[in-house]
Amino acid sequence: MIHQYKLNGFNIVLDIFSGAVHSVDELAYDVIALYDAGASVEDIVAKMLEKYAADPEINEQEIRECISDVEELKAAGQLFAADCYESHACDLKNKSRAVKALCLHVAHTCNLSCDYCFAAQGKYHGDRALMSFEVGKRALDFLIENSENQKNLEVDFFGGEPLMNWEVVKQLVAYGRSREEETGKHFRFTLTTNGVLVDDEVIEFSNQEMNNVVMSLDGRREVHDALRKTVTGRGSYDEIVPKFQKFAKLRGEREYYIRGTYTNRNVEFTKDIFHMADLGFDKLSMEPVVCPPDDPYALSDKDMPVLLEQYEILAKEMLRREKEGKPITFYHYMIDLEHGPCVYKRISGCGSGTEYMAVTPWGDLYPCHQFVGEEKFRLGNIWDGVDNDAVREEFKRCNAYARPDCQDCWAKLYCSGGCAANAYHATGDITGVYEYGCELFKKRIECAIMLKAAENEERE
Amino acid sequence: MKRIKTLNTRDLNKTLKTGGCGECQTSCQSACKTSCGVANQKCENNK
Repeated sequence: MIHQYKLNGFNIVLDIFSGAVHSVDELAYDVIALYDAGASVEDIVAKMLEKYAADPEINEQEIRECISDVEELKAAGQLFAADCYESHACDLKNKSRAVKALCLHVAHTCNLSCDYCFAAQGKYHGDRALMSFEVGKRALDFLIENSENQKNLEVDFFGGEPLMNWEVVKQLVAYGRSREEETGKHFRFTLTTNGVLVDDEVIEFSNQEMNNVVMSLDGRREVHDALRKTVTGRGSYDEIVPKFQKFAKLRGEREYYIRGTYTNRNVEFTKDIFHMADLGFDKLSMEPVVCPPDDPYALSDKDMPVLLEQYEILAKEMLRREKEGKPITFYHYMIDLEHGPCVYKRISGCGSGTEYMAVTPWGDLYPCHQFVGEEKFRLGNIWDGVDNDAVREEFKRCNAYARPDCQDCWAKLYCSGGCAANAYHATGDITGVYEYGCELFKKRIECAIMLKAAENEERE
Repeated sequence: MKRIKTLNTRDLNKTLKTGGCGECQTSCQSACKTSCGVANQKCENNK
C-alpha cells in the first residue's frame, strides 16, 4: 500500500509496509500513481507523454527512466511492499504479560474547575479522594512484580491535580528510587499539572526526579480563562503562566510539554500555539477536546476544514521559525523515521489494559486513565491483580489489525489502530473507530512527514 | 535517482527480526493522554 499527497510544495509518497518515505517530482508522482493503479508500462508512457506534452524536459526516455526507478524501488522493497505483519499483531502482547506503565491517580480532586474536563473536574464521576502513600507504594510494588524483564517502568502522577497530594508524590518517588538497585528497574516519572500549586520546591524536586513534566495551558489568556477556571470562576492564566515559564526555563534540556486543549471556541488553535511559543515555551502539544458531541464546546464537522488547515499553518510556521533560529517542537510532529519504533510497536496498539493501566486513589485498576470510573472496565486491584480477564483479553486484542475499518487505511502503522477510549466513546466499542480523530491524526502525520522532507531538502 | 529522493527510514520489515523488546515508552503516556500515536516513540533498542 502507498499513500500519496502534496503539501507545501512537496510531493510525498509513503510506502506503508516498508516505512519508506519518498519525496518526488511531478512526473514521478504521476508515474507512481499509475503504477499503483495497475497501468502497464506502455500505458504509463502514453499517458505521461500526453499530460506533459508542453514540457520540453519530459520525453519518452525520461518517462521510461522514471518507471525503471520505480521498479528498482519496488524490487528493493521500498515501494509497494507487501503487508506481512497481520500474523504478528498479537506477538508483543502474547509474548509478555508485563505491565510497565502506570498512571497513578494520586488526586481525584482539583483546584481548577475546567468546563471540558474529561475527568469531571478531577472526580471521575465519583468521590473526591487523595491516594495514600500505602496505596501508591503498593501500586509501585505491583508494577515491579508484574514488569517481568522490562527494565524501564513509567509512572505518571496524574489527577485531578497531583500537586494537591504533593507530599505523597515525593514519598512515592523516593520509594521507587529506593527499589531500583535491588530490582534492576529504572523508573521514569512524569508529572502532569495545571500549575496552580507550582512553587520553587516543586520545580526543584521535579527537575531532579521527573523525566517529563506536562503543564496544562490552552494558549491565549482569553481562550485559557474561558474554560480553565478556579472553583470561584476566575481564570487561571495570570496565576500559572509565570510559574510555567520559570519551570520550563529551569528544566534546561529535560523534557517538558506545554499541553493545551482546543475546542470549538478556538478552532484556529495555531494562534494559541504561537502564543505559547511567544511566551518562551518551545516544547508544545495541543490536543482536540475529548467530550460528548452535544457538549457546548465539542468540535463538529463544520470545524474540520479549519482544523486541517491549522495543522498545515503550524507546520509551515515551524519551518519558518526553524530558519529564524527559533525552533519549536510540536508533540505530534515529532517523528523519528530512522530510529523510530519497530513494527511490533507499530502494530500492537497503545498498550492500554495490558502494559499500561491506571490506578485510582483506592487502588483499583483500569485499562487507562480515560476508562476510570467506567465500572464495567475495572480490571482488578493492586493487591489481588487483574481478575477481569474478559476485559484484559478484549484490550489485548486491540491492535492495528483489530478494526475492520482500518484495514485499508494508510495510517494504521502510525496510529496502531488508535485510541481505545476515543473509539469506545464514539462508537460504544473499543474496537470501533473515532473517525473525527482519524482525520486529524492523518493530517498530523502528513504534516510531520512533510517537515522531514523539508529538513532533508535543507540538508542537501 | 533523478526524480525520486528517498529519505533515510528504518526498514520496518527488517525490524520483524530485531524488534519487539518492549522497552520503548507507552504510547500516550507522555504528552497527549487523549490519542494514540506510535510513530513518535523513540526506539530503545540499539541492536
